[in-house]
Amino acid sequence: MADQETFADDTSGFMGSLYTAALRMTRNPSDAQDLVQETYLKAYRGYGGFEAGTNLKAWLYRILTNTFINTYRSRARRPEETELDDVEELYLFRRLGGRDEGIGRSAEDEALSWITDDEIKEALESLPENFRMTVLLADVEGFSYKEIADIMDVPIGTVMSRLHRGRRALEKALHDFGVARGLVAAR
Amino acid sequence: MNDEQYDTSIDCREALHRVYHFLDGEMTPERRDQIARHLDRCAPCLRAFGFETELRRLIANGCRDEVPDELRTRIAVAIDHEHKQRLKAGGLAGGAEL
Repeated sequence: MADQETFADDTSGFMGSLYTAALRMTRNPSDAQDLVQETYLKAYRGYGGFEAGTNLKAWLYRILTNTFINTYRSRARRPEETELDDVEELYLFRRLGGRDEGIGRSAEDEALSWITDDEIKEALESLPENFRMTVLLADVEGFSYKEIADIMDVPIGTVMSRLHRGRRALEKALHDFGVARGLVAAR
Repeated sequence: MNDEQYDTSIDCREALHRVYHFLDGEMTPERRDQIARHLDRCAPCLRAFGFETELRRLIANGCRDEVPDELRTRIAVAIDHEHKQRLKAGGLAGGAEL
């Protein structure tokens, strides 16, 4: 049983990544701060029930995710979208370069270097919430399929499906930014 | 090399179809080996895998945000307040085990 006395030390290291996740979920810095605070409070209250030595990060993310779903998602101004259009495999790769460059970086890798952090955040935030959260947990936070399934309380198959579709949608969103900036020919 | 004998090789379409699974490390060792062998001899697929790896890295690093100092403070204050409430509620004897 974990000890509340050590809670601050045990959990403060996760605040950065929890805040990042909260920002992507709420898309609003003020709500993100509230969400993280609420998460920490709930975690503190329930810390006695956390089994020390088990996956603390996943435990915290589960609280964050549940709090988001229960508190903030219901306040979303636009209706929850659960569908994503099908996007072709390797969407971005197939549209960037493709010529054999020989030495040095490939045309595709070079094209990636033009993508800004803001565009990555925006692209992620453009995904419907379930897909956004799944991609975030996998690609930003590095959780396994099983951990994501536990955090979001869905079957692993659902995680895999959302991940595949979400990632492709993310690639398409990044491609659209490239087109808008005139760096990529629309295809 | 003798894998022509037991043809366990996969083609490009199959390899590319599994790029996400492969990079996620969520694959049986056999399947993983199959793909690794394919990548050993297929430069275009290797490039595609390399690209997706780089994209993944970019996404992971692109989503970093500074935690505002005021948030750290707010949370520390809130937990401290909660802690004091518990001590009060639990009385003066010992910690407040709930």
